[in-house]
Amino acid sequence: MNKEATQTKANATQKRSGSAGVIEKETPAEEQPDPAVLTKEHAERKEEQKGRIQELDRDTLLHLLYQMILIRRFEEKSAEAYSLGKIGGFCHLYIGQEAVAVGALSALRPDDYVLTSYRDHGHALAKGMSADEVMAELYGKAGGCSAGKGGSMHMFDVGLNFLGGHGIVGGQIPLGTGVAFATKYKGTDQVTLCFFGEAAVNQGAFHESLNMAQLWKLPCIYVCENNQYGMGTSLERAMSLRDVSQKACAYDLASEFVDGMDVLAVRAAVERAVERGRKQYLPTLLEIRTYRFMGHSMSDPGNYRTRAEIEKYQERDPIKLFIASLKEQGVLDDQGLAQIEDRVRAEVEQSVKFAEESPLPAPEELFTDVYAEQ
Amino acid sequence: MATQVVMPKLSPTMEEGQLSRWLKKEGDQVSVGEPIAEVDTDKATMEMQALSSGVLRKILIQEGESAPLGQIIAIIGDAEEDISALVGKAGSPQEAAKTKERIESSVEAGQDGAQAEMAGVVAEGARTQATIQGEPIKGDTGAQASQGQQQPTAQGGPTTASAGGNGSGTAESAQGDGGRLIVSPIAARMAAEAGINLRSLSGSGPGGRIIKRDIEAAINSGKQAAAEQEAAPAAAAATAPPQRHLRAVETGAQPAGLPSMEGPAPYRDEPTSVMRQTIARRLVTSIGPVPHFFLTTEIEMDKAAEIRRSINEIDPELKVSINDLIIKVAAVSLIQHPQVNASFQDKAVRYYERADIGVAVAIEDGLITPVIRGAERKSLGEIAAEVRELAERARSRKLMPDEYTGATFSISNLGMMGIDEFTAVINPPEAAILAVGSMTPKAVVRNGEVVVRQIMRVTMSCDHRVIDGATGARFLQTFKKILENPLLLMA
Amino acid sequence: MAVITMREALNQALREELTRDENVFLMGEEVAAYQGAYKVTKGLLEEFGDKRVIDTPITELGFAGLGVGAAMVGLRPVIEFMTFNFSILATDQIINSAAKMRYMSGGQFKIPIVFRGPGGSAYQVSSQHSQALESWYAYFPGVKVVMPSTPADAKGLLKTAIRDDNPVVFIEQERMYGNKGEVPDTEDFTIPLGVADIKREGSDVTIVARSLMVPVALKAAEEMEKQGVSCEVIDPRTIRPLDIETIIKSVQKTNRVVVAEESHPFCGVGAEISAEITERAFDYLDAPVRRVSGADVPMPYAKNLEKLAIPDVQQIVAAVREVAYLD
Repeated sequence: MNKEATQTKANATQKRSGSAGVIEKETPAEEQPDPAVLTKEHAERKEEQKGRIQELDRDTLLHLLYQMILIRRFEEKSAEAYSLGKIGGFCHLYIGQEAVAVGALSALRPDDYVLTSYRDHGHALAKGMSADEVMAELYGKAGGCSAGKGGSMHMFDVGLNFLGGHGIVGGQIPLGTGVAFATKYKGTDQVTLCFFGEAAVNQGAFHESLNMAQLWKLPCIYVCENNQYGMGTSLERAMSLRDVSQKACAYDLASEFVDGMDVLAVRAAVERAVERGRKQYLPTLLEIRTYRFMGHSMSDPGNYRTRAEIEKYQERDPIKLFIASLKEQGVLDDQGLAQIEDRVRAEVEQSVKFAEESPLPAPEELFTDVYAEQ
Repeated sequence: MATQVVMPKLSPTMEEGQLSRWLKKEGDQVSVGEPIAEVDTDKATMEMQALSSGVLRKILIQEGESAPLGQIIAIIGDAEEDISALVGKAGSPQEAAKTKERIESSVEAGQDGAQAEMAGVVAEGARTQATIQGEPIKGDTGAQASQGQQQPTAQGGPTTASAGGNGSGTAESAQGDGGRLIVSPIAARMAAEAGINLRSLSGSGPGGRIIKRDIEAAINSGKQAAAEQEAAPAAAAATAPPQRHLRAVETGAQPAGLPSMEGPAPYRDEPTSVMRQTIARRLVTSIGPVPHFFLTTEIEMDKAAEIRRSINEIDPELKVSINDLIIKVAAVSLIQHPQVNASFQDKAVRYYERADIGVAVAIEDGLITPVIRGAERKSLGEIAAEVRELAERARSRKLMPDEYTGATFSISNLGMMGIDEFTAVINPPEAAILAVGSMTPKAVVRNGEVVVRQIMRVTMSCDHRVIDGATGARFLQTFKKILENPLLLMA
Repeated sequence: MAVITMREALNQALREELTRDENVFLMGEEVAAYQGAYKVTKGLLEEFGDKRVIDTPITELGFAGLGVGAAMVGLRPVIEFMTFNFSILATDQIINSAAKMRYMSGGQFKIPIVFRGPGGSAYQVSSQHSQALESWYAYFPGVKVVMPSTPADAKGLLKTAIRDDNPVVFIEQERMYGNKGEVPDTEDFTIPLGVADIKREGSDVTIVARSLMVPVALKAAEEMEKQGVSCEVIDPRTIRPLDIETIIKSVQKTNRVVVAEESHPFCGVGAEISAEITERAFDYLDAPVRRVSGADVPMPYAKNLEKLAIPDVQQIVAAVREVAYLD
């Protein structure tokens, strides 16, 4: 057995050591965990978050909070615009999952690459795209990041190395693998972060990609945002081995299971994966357990889960959780929070104004961007 | 984009026009070239054609009302389009004056009235499009705005060719009596360009499809006929109709051969003028499908009888009859008067380039008209032999269809039955038939003296859609002159 | 000019482009150590090393998508499918990713990738390994589709395809790898995409043929010459963009068209060409456009049946005679 494999195994073992950010994988989701145990565990994790707060500077912490609130408010506004008919087609909201994109991307350098699925508004904003161009894209306007041709599912910003929202479940996973291949080929130390939902794990593309990534040692970080439902089908009804992180074993890949409601836990896990990628060209699979508070898309009837279930998860709303910890640690007060909220509100309102005022794509745009000119 | 329909200049002296009838109503779909109204000018009632396609959105003058040249009288546009600006403009006398001025200046420039106007208006890019009468428009842009008459050329864009491509080819097939004509697109196009009647061809493709090689063969035979014509100055070259549609004649790639007497006579189509169409329409509605009129004249037959006698004396085998002579003279006269050797084709008057004479032959239970093709070029002996042979077979009912159809002119002779004078009914689509009465000695005054002459009365029935009185009369003058002086056949 | 096989011509093109541009890499099943399932990539591993000539697991969707991702950030992958039959597994990445990335991102990305490999009928490998898929890929805007029929075309077109900034599906004909032909010795010989080649001039009937059908059509043209019919053989070479102008020009001259293809007729490239001709040159036609296509059945194994499923000289001759009204 070579050195890398040993290290991978060490990583896998680390997961079971009960260290920060890792919970017991043996808790099957469909079983009702003992509420007392759960409460204790949640309390422990809150303490862990507070511990991490101490390790970070105030500006970074407040910026993370700002980004999460921005995504939340942006998505709420999107829902409103959708209901008003301003946004068409599919519209998959990120509410509830903000800690994942924000925490993960905060661990990257600006020149690292990010790809994600069709639930991409949050990642786009977290990568630094302006709310204006994301909202204008949702509106199908010329000022949108993809000139109004992509819509909700296809946010791109090549300048920010944000390589898109992709519409076919799992389709972005081989792409992310290819981007990681290219950075290694060129000899840079960039890493690629590739997000997907847990339902994509059942696609061949996931398995083919993990196999190649570990085979060829590609610096790709596969981030499975396990929100526990593939559209309306729960994890329990769709996956034989429900521990996604464990699937890495099949490809001898490093993996971790992370609490997706804790922005700092996500950040820390991705930091470890980035380290592995930059220094050793090694891939990592992260399973980040999260929950979406809204339907799969705006047209979701939501009849596959109970209100009680949603409320249970909302108790651990990642934003509420983080605010509480920040306040308890004395990093944030009501006034500070109000300032952030005001700033976000202005930004989101401005984005709607921008989108409203942006012109529709010119009719001749229909025929542009099909082929690149030499 | 909406376009304005303005009162067009339809005659050189026209100042205003009275709208006699709208052929379309508001909301109707109109396409380029479609007649939309009739306008009475100082000269005649003219049809106006649309110069753009779309919906006739607004009619601005009513039937019976008059409008000066250049006034907007209607608007054509898309169904949903806002035309209020154009409607507003319509009322503006300045606008009308401007258009009128433009029209007038182009007339002064020496161009033909309405046509020059169109060329000017369209070329200028103004979205004002006047309508015009059905004459082809000269001038580049105007010609594009016209329709129908313009045959696609080989250089034309491939995508635009299809609309006009079938041209007279399909027009012909549509009005024919038989079943559907099957023609390959290139064959239809070539036929239209060469002025070949597709009905006259039998296709060699599957299911009788007329294909390119059939047209090429027809062009070659037409070319041979033309070459023959050029080589025979006796055939009244000066009066031969123009052959510009026989494109192959100009290219002259094939060696000239003997003239073909097979199939129907070659012809050229000339579009009917609005006036001709109107005359046709009106006369038809007044006195029946073919509006007849009759011209009668007396002919002194003494010299003709003498010639005939001499010929038969020299060669008794020839057995030339007076009727054979009449056929020959009629044919020669027809070539000199192509307006009579013609047929009405609705959108065109067809002028035949060969005189194919139908000779009425009474048979047991009716009448049949075997055809002597190209009689103008046949000798009296040939005509006599052919008539005899055809008549014989007609009586025994052994004629093939192509032997009794497709004449360009007919002769009915009841003289041998003692009829002095009668009128015959035209055999459509021919434009005329000559009814020949008996030859009888009559006392006539010649040079102040009463003398006896063999007199024959002939009456020609004319299709007024094609032949006017004077036209028919001039033909009969020629006919009479030659028949009275048969030596002119040699001239 | 050197006379070489199509296999060698393709190998030369790959070698030259790998030499010319560091960003070009070659990836696929058995392309490296094995020297290529059809030996097209022979010697390249030795010359360029395993960084640039990469054997993959049997994972078509995966390495096709990997290629697209690499192209998104500036590399120029040449992805070999051992045969195009296996590309069916990768269609999501070719169609949904490669073809559409530029458009749905509002023009932010170039996807300079070549998917290449043998396609069309092979020898007695039955239904799943013997099929022509060009109409699938040509259907999609955003992809170019190339099918060479001679060694020179193969070399010149592949070099251009690798330099093209768009996804190119480059379908080689398995039966033609051994075909020999002259290839220009000129340095850096390329052929532009989207330009048809008149393989034989003629005046009576146009035969549009691609890939394997080009030599078959040329033989048919020779046969027709003896029968007094002059055939023009046009090889579009690029299916998308299709050089329809050259075809239309020929039809305007000949008035009769036969489209020969080994693919199935239904929704095929021949159907497209036929429709284009009808739309653009209807008035020039003297006969309906006649397609000679592969049988509308999955490819059989038995040698005699397989022969019947692929158009041959006699079928093309019969079609030419039909449109020339010789029967």
